[in-house]
Formats: sequence, structure tokens, C-alpha cells
Amino acid sequence: MNTLATGVIFSNIHDNTLHDLTRMRSTAAIPFGCRYRLIDFALSNMVNSGIFDVNIITHNNYHSLMDHIGSGKDWDLARRSGGVRFLPPFVTAYANAENSLYTTRLEALESVNYSISSFNSKYVILSDCDVVCNIDLREVLEKHIESEADVTFVVKRTKANPEMAKHSIFIDSDRKGNVTGFTYKPDRYDKEADVSLNITILNRSYLQEIVSEAISHHYWSLTRDIYMKDVSRKKYKVFKYKDPVAEFTSFEDYFNVSMELIKNEDFFNHLFGNPDRPIYTKIRNSAPTYFSKNSYVKDSLIADGCIIEGSVENSILFRGVKVGKDTVVMNSILFQDTFTGENVTLQYVVSDKDVVIRDGVSISGHSTMPVYIEKGRML
Amino acid sequence: MFKKKECVAMLLAGGQGSRLYTLTETMAKPAVQFGGKYRIIDFPLSNCVNSGIDTVGVLTQYQPLVLNEYIGNGEPWDLDKSSGGVHVLPPYQGKKGSDWYKGTANAIYQNINFIKRYSPKVVLILSGDHIYKMNYSKMIREHLKNEADCTIAVLKVPMDQAKRFGILNTDDKNRIVDFEEKPAHPKSNNASMGIYVFSTDVLIKYLEMDEQDKESSNDFGKNIIPKMLDDGKKMYAFNFEGYWKDVGTISSLWESNMDLLGKNPKFNLFDKSWRIYYRHEQEPPQRINAGADVQNSFVTEGCNISGKVYNSVLSNSVTVEKGAIVRDSVIMSGVVIKSGAVVDYTIIDHDTVIGKDAEVGDGKENNKSPLVIGADITIPKKTRITGSIIVDHDNLDEVIGKGENK
Repeated sequence: MNTLATGVIFSNIHDNTLHDLTRMRSTAAIPFGCRYRLIDFALSNMVNSGIFDVNIITHNNYHSLMDHIGSGKDWDLARRSGGVRFLPPFVTAYANAENSLYTTRLEALESVNYSISSFNSKYVILSDCDVVCNIDLREVLEKHIESEADVTFVVKRTKANPEMAKHSIFIDSDRKGNVTGFTYKPDRYDKEADVSLNITILNRSYLQEIVSEAISHHYWSLTRDIYMKDVSRKKYKVFKYKDPVAEFTSFEDYFNVSMELIKNEDFFNHLFGNPDRPIYTKIRNSAPTYFSKNSYVKDSLIADGCIIEGSVENSILFRGVKVGKDTVVMNSILFQDTFTGENVTLQYVVSDKDVVIRDGVSISGHSTMPVYIEKGRML
Repeated sequence: MFKKKECVAMLLAGGQGSRLYTLTETMAKPAVQFGGKYRIIDFPLSNCVNSGIDTVGVLTQYQPLVLNEYIGNGEPWDLDKSSGGVHVLPPYQGKKGSDWYKGTANAIYQNINFIKRYSPKVVLILSGDHIYKMNYSKMIREHLKNEADCTIAVLKVPMDQAKRFGILNTDDKNRIVDFEEKPAHPKSNNASMGIYVFSTDVLIKYLEMDEQDKESSNDFGKNIIPKMLDDGKKMYAFNFEGYWKDVGTISSLWESNMDLLGKNPKFNLFDKSWRIYYRHEQEPPQRINAGADVQNSFVTEGCNISGKVYNSVLSNSVTVEKGAIVRDSVIMSGVVIKSGAVVDYTIIDHDTVIGKDAEVGDGKENNKSPLVIGADITIPKKTRITGSIIVDHDNLDEVIGKGENK
């Protein structure tokens, strides 16, 4: 099948900003939104935009991600032609002189240079995994083609805070949407600005040019060494995205954005309520959720396969969670198959997969500092 | 070339299911939604897969669109195989003409070629309208051990219900000595579950003989089984213990849904050793909002609950608005229950809307069987509908006209 654009997803780029959650997995595999993993958004956005040729660049700890993706069939990406393809680091092509694995997007691209040259599409869409949105990439691609740009950056107008600025790239543009300059991870920035969502469309020929130039000059950063240098020479455009997005630059962000899904039904409906652009995820074949007699649930998001006997308030329960009798779960996020016994109290807790909390245990965090319980722990 | 299979399963899914009335108006009975996320056919199909049977013919006839679409390539049940897998078998036109399936036996007869290409030792005949978990491989093993020509699964039923079933009488070695279809005075309570294992050559011989018999109604229970018994064939009973329900009527469909609820349900869907597979719809998580009260109920992905839900089973994407009450009911996918509406002892089919402050159903105490509202219907606000009636597009105006407007 001929495809207009090929997708490339960086599954690890932001691992160090969410270190607790990424100790056992890559950023892409972080559970989010009651039944999803972060990569589901990037993958679904591509599939819903007709891009069925998707490459996932991995770094380390990608067991969990591979397990999640499987053959790709839950995203309609198990295909004879195209489909989903993993690009793990290529040993003989370690990008930097120290022979360590890549740390930047550009190094990642260098290490899979061979694969990129085999793409048979005219355009390439690069996407990170830490941005949660439901975007029609077809529209971005059409604008990109129409404007004959070399690169189109998807940006979102945001009031930046200093913490966020440290992780972000700000893109300045003129009234016609031509990029005029970049501000790269500034120390202080508290104005309203167009922040890069790290969803970028490039002409494939230009991408190949970039990668071979980077290899010969030992370039390291896509933004600093390439985009900032080429901005006056090449045609760079911005695509101003208007719909809501969620980004995480810290564990606290992750917690707050998750809670926002409960509180803000419009945001929830924007992400999940569009029948033409559903967010796909791995199918688990669970039963519906059972609410027992005397259960008490309000203001919560619940996935299937849970059994709830206690009370759940302002919380998110992933698939297969059990809430025992007389147990109270408040302001918490319980990942897949978390088991809580009887008489347990959880407040501001994020429990990772397969956590077991015994009868009578009480754990409390604070709204500004939720407690994280790592995968498989028994308390 | 076709790989030889030990067993080919033939699933009879062509019945109209007329006793489910409007629920089978646009789909065959096996495609009716069940238990929140499932359709009835998921149970026999999952039983096949869990029993190691990977070649299944699904015989369809009545309103096949929904069922065909649902089965698709069989991927949800891992039945998308390069050899075997699930195949939908509709009636077809042959050299000598075409015919609808005249009876259960005739349906299999018309598809003898499907069976023959896998040269199976045994053929398993299943119905598409039962809710149960059963390891067919045990039954097949016993069939082979007994060197039987036919083995029939039986279940002990309460004596007073025995006359609704085909009743088997066996000797001390479990060999069948006598079979009566729906007897007025049953001699035992061993009811046939409509699950048969046949040795392939015997089955083919009897199907061909039955086809020659112009008097026959081409039915397994009425013709094939009695004929084989008369001929002294080796026929054994296989005793099944556990949950089994024929969901062919409105009351039994409702009851079977209710049997999923409770702390120790009669029928447990959370059993990971015997999973029931289904075709998944991508739906967001369920939202349980402020003001919701959900007790002893099943709620499924995509639901948005702000009202009260008691002792009910809700399929995916059901909305229960603030102040609405759903009690003792089975609600299928996409139904919207507007604020202030009361739904009591009712089965509501997919995508129907119950208007604001409407009252639908008047409770378990006052009725023998639940009220039924068909698919894609809008019940206007403040309408009151009571009794054990069936509301569909044909009688909707009449029912609403009669319904007392509050």
C-alpha cells in the first residue's frame, strides 16, 4: 500500500522527567486515563489520520511497551504492508563517540538511519509520547503540503511557567505562520508563547539530509544543531493547534492532569468522545465492572473488570482493580490489577500495576505530593 | 490440502428466536447482547476455543447481518487461522437448486462438504442460544473412550421442568436406552442440552438417510436421535454439572443476566481460567459522577452514570442522567435514560431513549416477566408504560397513546 506519510514515534525521549513511572517501562508505556498507555494517543492519532505505517524507536526497558503493542492489531496496525515496526537501538550504529545509547531525538534518528532510507513515503511525522491530545494529523499534513514547507511544527499557545520552560522549545513565527526563531529550554520564561508539542512533519528527503549531515558532523540536537541553523535557509511553518492538550513534565503534572480528566468532562469528551477518532488500546477481555451492594462511587473513572465493594471518590481505577469491603479510596490512581483488601484507606496515592494492599493498611499523600507505590509491591 | 482435525464444531445460529420478540427483529438470537459486553454466541465460541477446538462452522440463516459482522474473521476468539478457524455458513445455491435450512439436521447436511474437508474424527453440534461454560474436550474424550456413535450432553433439571426438554434415560453405564422429546410424563430429569458429539461417518450416514425420508422434519431431536436409538447405535450420555441456561425467552434472558450479579454469582464472568472472549468496541472508561448510586450491578465501558442503578446490567455507552433510577433491568448499549426517568424490571434494547420523567415498567412484584422496549425507540417524556408488554416500532404509538400521561 502506498502511504503518503510514515510515522516515527520516540518512545523514550522523556523518561527522566517521570522517573518513578519509567523505572520499569518507557514513557510510551506509562498507564494514563484509566485504560490507556501514553503511546495509545500518538498511535491512535496516526491511525485515525490514515497513517498505517508507524515506526517506534525504543531505547531501553521496552518489554512493557512491546507487550502492550503486540502485533499492533488492536490499532489496526497488523498489516501485510506497513503496520507497526519496532526500531530498537542498532548496535553497530551507536550514535555518539562514547558508544552509549542515544540521548536525543537526532541521535535516535541516526541510529535508525538505515530504516529511514527505506521509508517509501514522501513525508515523515515525528511524534513524542508525553503529549496527550486527539489531533487530526491529516489536517496538519494537508497544510504542510499546501504550504510547500520543509518542516511543519505543531504548536500550542500556552502560558509557560518556569518549570515547564526548562523542558520546552518555544517557536516564534510571523503572521503568516513562518517560523522566525526558536527558544530552546530557557531557564526563565513566563510569557504566553507557542510551545512545540513535539509533533513535527518533515519532507522525507530533508529528514535524510539532516540525518546524514548529523552523522558527518556529530550533531547532537535536532533543534539546536539543525532547526536553529536552517531556519533562515529552509521553509519552516507552524501549525497552531487550538484544542486541549495535556503535557507532563513531572510526576505531579501527571497526577494533576489525570485528575483533570475527572473534573473536566469537556476535556474528557474531547479526548475520548469523538466517534470518528477513538483512542485505541490493547484489548484485555475483561468482564464489566461489578459494583457490589453497599459500594459507594462518585466522581470517578472506572475501567472494566474491576470489583468494587468499598467506596471510591475522585479516583481513577484501571482495569481489574479490586476495592475491598469498608475500604476508602480517595483522590487516588490505581493501575491495572491493584488489589486492596478490607478496611484500607488510600488518599493521594498512585499505585503501580499489581500492587497489593493488605487489610487495614492506611496510606496518605498530599495533593501537592502524591505517594507512589511501585509495581508489584505488597504493603 | 486441508489439515486433518480431530473435531469440527458446527454451531447452529440460524434460529429466529421468535420468543425474544423485538430483540431479534433485526438480528439472529445468537447476536443478542448479554451480560454487558457479550453477545450470546460468545459463550459457545469461547467454549470451543478454550476446549482446543479451532475449526467452527457457524450456520446462519435468519437476519445474518449483525451476526456476520460480529464474527468477522474470528480474530476476537483467536479463530483467524490459516487452517480451520471460524466460517460463517449461510444457505447457498447448488447445482441441484437452493434451499433454506429446513431443520437443524438439514442445515448440517447442506454443509457436509465443510466437514469432509477436515476429515475430523468427530463432529460437535452446538446451539447458539445457551449461556454456560463447558469443556467440550472432556466430552469428546469420553465419546472416543466409549467408542460411541453419538454422545449427548445432559443436565439434571428440576422434575417439574423436565417436560420442556428432551429427556434421556440411561443404563448404569450411562448408555442411552430411551429418548423422549418434551414428554408429558418424564421418566427422569436428565435433560438434553442440545450438545451432541457424533462420529463423523455415522453422522454423515444418518444425515443422508434423513434427507431421503420425505416425512422427516430434518431435526436432530425429533428425527436423527430417535432413529439412531431404534437402530441400536451406541449412544451415551455425558453428564454436565454447572451453570447452563437456555436464553430463548424474555424471562430466561433476564434471569440469566441477573445470575451474573452478586458477591458469589451463579455464573462468574471474572473466572480467568475460562475466559469469555468478545468483539471489543473501543470505548472510553466509565464515568461515575456525583449523585450516582450504583449497587449490585454491572456497568461497562463508555457508560456515564449520574443517576441510581440497582440490580441491573448495563452494556457499553449507557447514559443514566441525574435523578433517573434503573432497577432490576437489563440495558443494552447506547441507551440514554433521561433525568428523572424510572426504569423498573425492563429490558431495553440498544440505542433507545427513555424521555425525561418517563416511567417504564412497574416492578418485579407486579409482573411475571419483564417489560421489553425495542431498539432505536424514543419514549417521550412523562410517558408511563406498565405491564409485561413488548414495545416495538409497530405498536409504539398505540402503547404511548394508552400510556397514562402524568
